Amino acid sequence: MVVKHKGPPGRGLGHLKISRDQIRDLALKEGLDFFDVIFESLNDEEMNMVAAHGGFPNRYPHWTFGMEYQRLKKSYEYGLHRIYEMVINNDPCYAYLLKSNNDVDQKMVMAHVYGHCDFFKNNIAFRETNRKMLDVMANHATRVRQFQDKFGVGVVEDFIDICKSIEDLIDPHGVFIDRQVKPNSSLMNPEEEEYQVVKKIPAKEYMNGYVNPKEVVLQKQKQLDAEREKQKQIKKRQHFPENPQKDVLLFLIEHAPLEDWQKEILCMVREEAYYFAPQAETKIMNEGWATYWHQKLMMRLLTGAEIVDFADHHAGTIAAGPGQINPYRLGWQLWKDIEDRWNKGMFGSEYEDCDDYEERKNWDKKLGLGKEKIFQVRQVCNDITFIDEFFTEEFCRENRYYTYEYNKDKGYYMIVDRDWRVTKRALLSRLTNFGHPFIFIEDGNFRNSGILLLKHRYEGIDLRQDYAQDTLVNLFKIWSRPVLLQTMIGGKELVLSFNGDKHIIFKA
Amino acid sequence: MESNILNIEQDYLRFRKIIRGHIKRDLKKYISNGELIGKKGKDFVSIPVPHIELPDFRFGRRSGQGVGQGEGEPGTPLSPGDVEGENGKAGNAPGHHILEVDIEKEELARILGEELELPRIKPKGKNKIEVEKDRYSGISTVGPDSLRRFKRTYKEALKRQISSGEYDSQNPKIVPIHKDKRYLSWKVKKRPESNAVVIYMMDVSGSMGDEQKNIVRIESYWIDLWIKFNYPGVVTRYIIHDAVAQEVDQETFFHTRESGGTVISSAYKLCDKIIDEEYSEALWNIYVFHFSDGDNWSGGDNNLCVQILKTNILPKVNLFGYGQVENTSGIGRFISELENNIVDVDNFVASNIKNKEAIYQSIKDFLGKGK
Repeated sequence: MVVKHKGPPGRGLGHLKISRDQIRDLALKEGLDFFDVIFESLNDEEMNMVAAHGGFPNRYPHWTFGMEYQRLKKSYEYGLHRIYEMVINNDPCYAYLLKSNNDVDQKMVMAHVYGHCDFFKNNIAFRETNRKMLDVMANHATRVRQFQDKFGVGVVEDFIDICKSIEDLIDPHGVFIDRQVKPNSSLMNPEEEEYQVVKKIPAKEYMNGYVNPKEVVLQKQKQLDAEREKQKQIKKRQHFPENPQKDVLLFLIEHAPLEDWQKEILCMVREEAYYFAPQAETKIMNEGWATYWHQKLMMRLLTGAEIVDFADHHAGTIAAGPGQINPYRLGWQLWKDIEDRWNKGMFGSEYEDCDDYEERKNWDKKLGLGKEKIFQVRQVCNDITFIDEFFTEEFCRENRYYTYEYNKDKGYYMIVDRDWRVTKRALLSRLTNFGHPFIFIEDGNFRNSGILLLKHRYEGIDLRQDYAQDTLVNLFKIWSRPVLLQTMIGGKELVLSFNGDKHIIFKA
Repeated sequence: MESNILNIEQDYLRFRKIIRGHIKRDLKKYISNGELIGKKGKDFVSIPVPHIELPDFRFGRRSGQGVGQGEGEPGTPLSPGDVEGENGKAGNAPGHHILEVDIEKEELARILGEELELPRIKPKGKNKIEVEKDRYSGISTVGPDSLRRFKRTYKEALKRQISSGEYDSQNPKIVPIHKDKRYLSWKVKKRPESNAVVIYMMDVSGSMGDEQKNIVRIESYWIDLWIKFNYPGVVTRYIIHDAVAQEVDQETFFHTRESGGTVISSAYKLCDKIIDEEYSEALWNIYVFHFSDGDNWSGGDNNLCVQILKTNILPKVNLFGYGQVENTSGIGRFISELENNIVDVDNFVASNIKNKEAIYQSIKDFLGKGK
């Protein structure tokens, strides 16, 4: 009889429930603090599907998800990736595990998930995050389907295309800043500027009529008044919005002539963009934190038979590629370094001022503050402040980080610098504004004719011009009046514009 | 999960329709032929994944800078596959071969056909040609030891020993002698086949830069795909030339940079020789494509080329395509020479390929004739 070999039978969480409870108890004992976690196991097909939806089981219909699904599917078929787990930042947290993981993997992944959930719950970047996003996403899906039924699939899809093309134009830090101008600030009441009176030439009272003739004074006063009125008008026009506004989507929702359903879709896209932004902003910390904890918890739980599988998988997670940053690895190394430094007291002015290499290396004040420190950092930092504060010279040297660059003459990428300052700057510049250019609404009523003026805060790298122009076309479709973007191209201050008919570029 | 899987299937179908240009044609310009770089054994393979990028405000050329981790001193090169977002763009770092994976080629070819509105190339009645093909399905009494069939040989020996009474069931020793031995052998099978050969020629003189060669690479890939779709088992040959021509393998074809002058006739002569010696036009569908920047060395050689084409090559081939790639120094004259001198020949196509965007039109020029 021929017995065909079959893979291990599929299974749900089943017998792993015991491990899950063990891991949860251990995590709580270590001080992790998380929402309830609901685990669900999925097969690879379902996993790729959820991943294509940005981690959610249900999203509004759009071809971009289908595109991502195709990429994941192919990549999975060729063994290029394997998604072991996915966590939704929600209360309760939902975590999806890949069914085909072996038991050691499943345990490690569960420990990893608890790390993420703790981070989601406690890091400040998520303070304003809607924790019922699973429901919100499902509602969005239903709404978009309703719109599609009413207005047609193509019409709704085209509009979502437009929204997606500008979905980065939000202000993730804005939710933490009270941008409302205080009622008694001078900006609020520009009219209350001091009333200007004509300065008279000093003279004795009896000479006054001759030195400062009445007609002249009156005429001058009139001029002053006119000037003041003019300034006021200009100011009024320039201050819509009052200050340059980074949340372009909000501005459009509030002021663009959109249909109600369009407004609603734009709101949805914006809401989802705000939901995902903090995750992008803390990727290195968050992945590092989860990796740190899966390692720590697993070392307590593993049996002798499991240790090799665990080590193999863990090594895969933190593998370093020569030309890229693995956020799991960088984050994990930083967390361990911080813990170590604070345990040994390697901080503060005494340590900073010490320039004896040996002494610094062997520095150990036995303070044992490591754990306290990492819990504090996981609460208050985001990737930028995390790197800025803790990517030190020693760290960079010991972990062999470098900067590389494309060499045009040689035609390949090569290592250019091992200096930690250069490397740190390169890291930070990639993280700034998620690697997107800074775009602000400068004026919603430019030249008092309803033209929308956007401004790109130039920081050394030009925009990709054809894409920028096409994006202006999309903005025009929303604003339905000419749209301008002030930027720098090839060292010149230029304005790209689209008036519904053609693109015009002129000097700023 | 059931209903949700359905959702993504719908998104996926919608995406496929956009890629094929059935709906939302305005998105077409954002379609890029992305690729994933996978590994098959030692080789890097490229898995095509079409991708649509909606426009947004983004940075143009990045500073080309990034951060990595590992050993190496300043100056140490990184391999292209390693660099983030580089997707294995063919650099000239040593030791990495990227091959295309055969996935959904049929589908790609069909899409190509739909997209370019190409007619299916019709085999010119040559599919009735009988081809003799060897198949190892017979057994023979002679042959090399490597093909000896143990079971058959054993059976023969057993039969012989039983019939001759040598066999002793108490002590079964089977010793094959020479005439017991049986070997696998071939049978000649006749089957109909239509054959096609594609000969690519490329100018690799100093003026052909990486950009130009890249265009040739992309274009010949698609042509290859289309012809392979129509003729399974197509043979490809590659010729490069500067002042002299030589036949090379595919790898060399796309990666050589020579310097020196250009004598196009050298390639045409070699091409003609290959056809004469190996590919009788009675048995083969022959496609010849030549890519150059059109900067030939002399007018005399231009005339010679025209002559070789007219008298030797064109009468034998299904299609001769000349693609002129524009180089930085402007446009070569060769294309106009050909166009002016070869008229009323319907298996000759010349196409001017200004830049990458023009590849599309050029493929259409080449294959649109349905030859």
